[in-house]
Amino acid sequence: MSEAAGISVELKDVVKRYGAFTAVHNTNLDIEDGSFLTLLGPSGCGKTTTLRMIAGLTSITEGDVLIKGRRVNDLPIHKRNLGIVFQNYALFPHKSVFDNVAFGLKYRNVAKADAAKRVKDALELVQLPQMADRMPSQLSGGQQQRIALARAIVIQPDVLLLDEPLSALDANLREDMRIELKKIQHTLGVTTVFVTHDQSEALAMSDKIVVMSAGHVEQVGTPEEVYNSPASEFVAGFLGNSNILDATVSDAAEGRAKLDVDGLGTILADTGGRALSKGGKVKVSIRAEKLYLDADGEDDSSSFSADVGTVDYQGQVARYFLTVGDRQLQAINPIDDHPIAEGKTVAVKIRARDCVVLPA
Amino acid sequence: MASLDPADNTWQPWRLLAPSLTAILLLLAIPVAFIAVYSFWLRTATGADVAGFHLDNWIEVLTDPFYRDILGYTVWVAFATTVICALAGYIPAYFIATTQFKHKAFLLLLLMLPFWISYIIRTMSWINILGSSGIVNAALIWLGITDEPIQMLYNQGTVIVGLVHFLLPFMILNIYVSLYGIDRNLVDAARSLGCTGWQAFREVTLPLSMPGLAAGSLLCFVLGAGTYITPLVLGGPTDAMFANLVFDAIITQLNWPLGSALSLVLLILLGLVVAVYNRFAGMNQIAKSFG
Repeated sequence: MSEAAGISVELKDVVKRYGAFTAVHNTNLDIEDGSFLTLLGPSGCGKTTTLRMIAGLTSITEGDVLIKGRRVNDLPIHKRNLGIVFQNYALFPHKSVFDNVAFGLKYRNVAKADAAKRVKDALELVQLPQMADRMPSQLSGGQQQRIALARAIVIQPDVLLLDEPLSALDANLREDMRIELKKIQHTLGVTTVFVTHDQSEALAMSDKIVVMSAGHVEQVGTPEEVYNSPASEFVAGFLGNSNILDATVSDAAEGRAKLDVDGLGTILADTGGRALSKGGKVKVSIRAEKLYLDADGEDDSSSFSADVGTVDYQGQVARYFLTVGDRQLQAINPIDDHPIAEGKTVAVKIRARDCVVLPA
Repeated sequence: MASLDPADNTWQPWRLLAPSLTAILLLLAIPVAFIAVYSFWLRTATGADVAGFHLDNWIEVLTDPFYRDILGYTVWVAFATTVICALAGYIPAYFIATTQFKHKAFLLLLLMLPFWISYIIRTMSWINILGSSGIVNAALIWLGITDEPIQMLYNQGTVIVGLVHFLLPFMILNIYVSLYGIDRNLVDAARSLGCTGWQAFREVTLPLSMPGLAAGSLLCFVLGAGTYITPLVLGGPTDAMFANLVFDAIITQLNWPLGSALSLVLLILLGLVVAVYNRFAGMNQIAKSFG
């Protein structure tokens, strides 16, 4: 039944406890065939534990994990047909690149000639066809990462599990690899679960992002959904730089709300379908790049004025730390010739649709 | 020419090595050179040693089947001890390396504990265990399995038991170090690619722990082949090992020239074993276990 629905991996009421500590609270998740799903969150949020439960590297305390519609709770890892790429690559140091990649085929009783062909194809896919005879220690970090990927995909796994595979690489390589990884995943069409704490990796690569915090799933959605419409204060704060403000609803009608924000005055916000009652306490989240600073502008009704404190110059953009009364705000704006100077008073404009209302 | 200029690093390694090199020279190289010279001297019937260059000792040591047989016996006992240590040591080493037990350091301390007691005392303890009034015989008599104490001591078996007792911690420590250094993800990776637990052990853990096994084996073999206390305490009259011959020649017969030749034979043999090991495994593995 699950297979007909195009679901590769299903988590049903999955819980993981270590003694009295609950690492993963009741979690339900459907991972569609061929999709790229990212478990995103800070360290200790339960994302790796969730991945390890799917992999069979960690036992499940409660609930069920289904792969291709089949309950795998008690199926040992070597019978699950999964490809796993570990953070530190975990290449077998005593085996050549060829033997590393061919390892899984050996245990699937693939004939030698066929295995050699498949290893060659996998190495070509990761663009290292000439490395077959090398030992892992003779490869750079990026090359080892590609070989680890080749080793995981050559067995044609039902699901590809990636445990922070890019975090050991340096910044430039990481960006190249994430584009390539996504390309390879798309070519193969293999269902992929990717664990990362890096929001830009998650946003760039995923079809769907699961944001986790303290063992709970905070939000499941496309990259745009979690970025533009965070479901909780945690998600708003974790992805990008957001200003999260306490507010009181002063008026609400037809998807728009007037909010009183202490120290800022009244702002207009889209309610995003949330029912708000007059006088209710809410939080409002506004991304730093959605605060438009105007150094010469008038303080009209839709804006308020702020004093520019520290300026964090980043080339194309600058991050401004603003003071409004006793309140601190962050803004990220593109730079037009020069960044706005410290100590200047600016007009800050906010659009209603950039204000996301969250429960208080 | 040596310079005091700190930028000149040519002599720096030698300055740093000087204390150890001096110690090795004075305490090892020169004494061995003395022994080498001694081995060409001759002992006369009157008991005085005659200096000179005589090959008599060497001819005797290298041609007399008596020495050859004992050398063969020594190699055999050391080899058997090493194999038993390897088999018996792997399991506790694996356990200590992989256990989730909080006090792993305590387990390692237990491993060191025997070193706090003199090797001779530890060897002699077997007399209280296996001797005619030892606990094993007492238990057997009490159980009525035998009326008379069974003679269990003073044979090749007890020599090997004593050596295993002495050498097992070295083996466990060496294997532990190499097992501990193996990335746990490698086993997980092998499992995910289709290995059962046992297959993953054979494909990953065992080959990657071979350096430790080899280092432990070298130590056990060299220390085992060079011992004379264990066969003296726990061996019978026919269980003399090669080092006992050296002991006998020098201490009992006061025949230093012969004893020198004998000890050089043992030194050369064990040196060859170490050289072969070094060729295939490298000495740095041993250094790791003591780091």
